Amino acid sequence: MTIEVRNIVKRFGDFTALDNVDLRVESGELLALLGPSGSGKTTLLRIIAGLEWPDAGSISFDGENALARGAGERHVGFVFQHYALFRHMNVFENVAFGLRVQPRAVRPNEAAITKRVNELLDLVQLGWLANRYPSQLSGGQRQRIALARALAIEPRILLLDEPFGALDAKVRKELRQWLRALHEEIHVTSIFVTHDQEEALEVANRVVVMDKGKIEQIGTPEEVYDRPQTAFVHSFIGESIVLPVEVRSGRVRLGDKVLGIETNGAASGPSQLFIRRHDVSLEAPGNGDLEGAVRRVRAFGPIQRADVALQTNGSETMIEIDAPRDRELKVGELIGLKPKRYRIFAAVK
Amino acid sequence: MSQTIPMQEFASARKSARTEPAPVRFIIIALAVTFLTVFVVLPLVIVFTSAFSRGVGAFLNALADPEAFAAIKLTLIVAAISVLLNLIFGVAAAWAISKFEFPGKTMLNTLIDLPFSVSPVISGLVFVLLFGAQGLLGAWLQANDVHIIFAIPGIVLATTFVTFPFVAREMIPLMQEQGTSEEEAALSLGASGLKTFWRVTLPNVKWGLLYGVLLCNARAMGEFGAVSVVSGHIRGETNTMPLLVEILYNEYQFVAAFAIASLLAMLALVTLVIKIVLEGRLEGHHSDH
Repeated sequence: MTIEVRNIVKRFGDFTALDNVDLRVESGELLALLGPSGSGKTTLLRIIAGLEWPDAGSISFDGENALARGAGERHVGFVFQHYALFRHMNVFENVAFGLRVQPRAVRPNEAAITKRVNELLDLVQLGWLANRYPSQLSGGQRQRIALARALAIEPRILLLDEPFGALDAKVRKELRQWLRALHEEIHVTSIFVTHDQEEALEVANRVVVMDKGKIEQIGTPEEVYDRPQTAFVHSFIGESIVLPVEVRSGRVRLGDKVLGIETNGAASGPSQLFIRRHDVSLEAPGNGDLEGAVRRVRAFGPIQRADVALQTNGSETMIEIDAPRDRELKVGELIGLKPKRYRIFAAVK
Repeated sequence: MSQTIPMQEFASARKSARTEPAPVRFIIIALAVTFLTVFVVLPLVIVFTSAFSRGVGAFLNALADPEAFAAIKLTLIVAAISVLLNLIFGVAAAWAISKFEFPGKTMLNTLIDLPFSVSPVISGLVFVLLFGAQGLLGAWLQANDVHIIFAIPGIVLATTFVTFPFVAREMIPLMQEQGTSEEEAALSLGASGLKTFWRVTLPNVKWGLLYGVLLCNARAMGEFGAVSVVSGHIRGETNTMPLLVEILYNEYQFVAAFAIASLLAMLALVTLVIKIVLEGRLEGHHSDH
């Protein structure tokens, strides 16, 4: 099932939640909508599900107008952030709900319902909890039951709203891998919303980065990490060193110093230089494009992180860099820094 | 300066930071118990002893009186209709207020409390001014031979008005707390609005609903002020139990008055017991999540 979202606009009072959003989701894809809170990602998901209606724009499933159908007629499985399990029904009845409310003509008989529910409970590996009530389950179990319930109606699309947001870090990690494996098994077109970049990059085939109701970039996890197209994407995904620079006559200047790096086609004017923290190499003083004094060093795992004070225009700019453990850094030491990879974006006004 | 505290002293030391010295505790408890005895227990005891002061025979005779019987019947009918109306209204209002956004929502929420803040006599008077012979619609009603004031419809109207906050007030916080995500889940699973209501919304609020109905019923049966204004006190026709109690008392028929009163008191006691049971259920329901 492909999903085509076109020119979607959604306002809540004065607040524009979605501002002309276009998106095409390919069949069988596992797509992440990634962005900070208020970026419009959940609103977009709810509009696709039919739980919210857009003010303008169109949505089609396999070329068919989805806005002509209500939430119940779209065959969309929706998994809520806080599970939204029916608290007065046991696990079995929760999963069976979507089957039981079908019109009589198409409703499976009791034996077929039992069989299907048991299959789904096996799929989420929680068959032994069939008689429990939601309040008796852990967060991770509830989330898996919510997923089984959504899958019961054999949805054409699976939508997950911050599926792991309310879980602790360890369970979250397990469920992530589990969801990835499940998607490979059932291959239903899936979209999940998250504000956790690691989650998006690890689980999704493609990532849609959103900010302030607009899509900033769509790409594979590698693309959005390695080749961010906007300053927002660069700063939102991964950790970056950001320096205010100016591009003038084909050169990049930091304060009064001309840096020995290419402009890579950046337009003239005030700009921002983005460098991943691990994309700087340490040089002898005077050898790098940047120079600064080490102020603080913290070592953990395979890397060490250092605060370096850059001298620019007589003032200091503090940046954080990652360096390999084998290069010993002393507090107070002067070092040269050479950006191995970097990107330049026009400064945000 | 380390000292060992003698055992006796240690034992007499306060066991908890929050407890008070024994005399203070005694005074506070005694105050509460005395108050309850004077204002609740004593009146209840007097109602029952007076009802049975001439023996069980007189008590039963008083209840078997046709006027008493008519009053009991009328009270049950009025309560049944009012509770049903308020059940429908209360659920609709709670549903609207807790699950939708619409203009005038705050207004509706405030208006629901109106009967609590208005004197019941005024509530009754409003209906007299509306439907009475000299009232706004009086002429038209008379021309079409519709009797509202000094008849059962008026009593039902007044009782319904006075009791309408009970169900809604009980339901609104409960439904607000539960939010809309379960309903959304049901909708996305293909359930119609009606199925969602019957299978998801209603089961989640059933104990709260019963609780509201119970309080609504107790008040509907006991209402005096509003009903007194619209009833006209026609014996055997428009006298409810509370009205009859007053009439009998004024006529010095104390046994009969207290016999009817004891039925109302019984209703109160039964309501209290069911209320405790329902509160337990509600608590259990809340602590589930």
